[in-house]
Amino acid sequence: MNVSIRVQREDFSLSDEWSALRARTGAGAGAIAAFAGVVREDAREGTPTQILYLEHYPGMTESSIADIVREAEGRWPLDDVVIVHRVGELAPGDQIVLVLVASAHRAAAFAACEFLMDYLKTRAVFWKKETRGAASEWIRSTEDDFDRAASWKGEDGAAGD
Amino acid sequence: MGAVTVRVLFFASLREAVREDALDLRLPSGATVADLRALLAERLSGFSEEAVRAIADGDVRIAINQRLEQSPDARLAAGDEVAFLPPITGG
Repeated sequence: MNVSIRVQREDFSLSDEWSALRARTGAGAGAIAAFAGVVREDAREGTPTQILYLEHYPGMTESSIADIVREAEGRWPLDDVVIVHRVGELAPGDQIVLVLVASAHRAAAFAACEFLMDYLKTRAVFWKKETRGAASEWIRSTEDDFDRAASWKGEDGAAGD
Repeated sequence: MGAVTVRVLFFASLREAVREDALDLRLPSGATVADLRALLAERLSGFSEEAVRAIADGDVRIAINQRLEQSPDARLAAGDEVAFLPPITGG
């Protein structure tokens, strides 16, 4: 099982990460699920988001992601996991997060990919500050984020294909 | 009694509120997390009341040497890195 976790300011390339994963997994992994998150231009409050600033705690952020990946490994048979999370100043339309999961079968790949994203939202050590016009605000995980993460609680190892 | 020096880190909203990202704090040896919170709140008393209250009351989680520490009775050792972590959100 290969796990690759990177926290970086630079953008990432889905196709580069994909090719690298394919080279590692070969023909054994019959299913690869990919999720990419993009900074959304959110105009709910009238003024659209202009800047999203992400802060992290070098070392602890990476280990918090590693803990999440270990939990996914305990639930599903996984061959390869790649997580790239960006930090620093991002603008609407910028890529922010990438999750790639390879497994023998699709049910595990889909489920683990969603699980990883749900846990990244609530358990990974990042802070986000949103700037709209003159106002800046540190944002929190939403109730929906917590509900989604909590919804995985009872399903230990439910990795049926 | 001797003293120990620990490194305190602040992140995000708390870093902004106390206008520091790090400071070194001398504590009596044997000091606990609760002692550190009390001493810090005193030292930062000029800053945002909300931030100082969060530090003092345990509303903000802390990590010691990058591991979350829940117990207010945990003892601190010389050179420990104690980080104050406001509510997190990633993804």
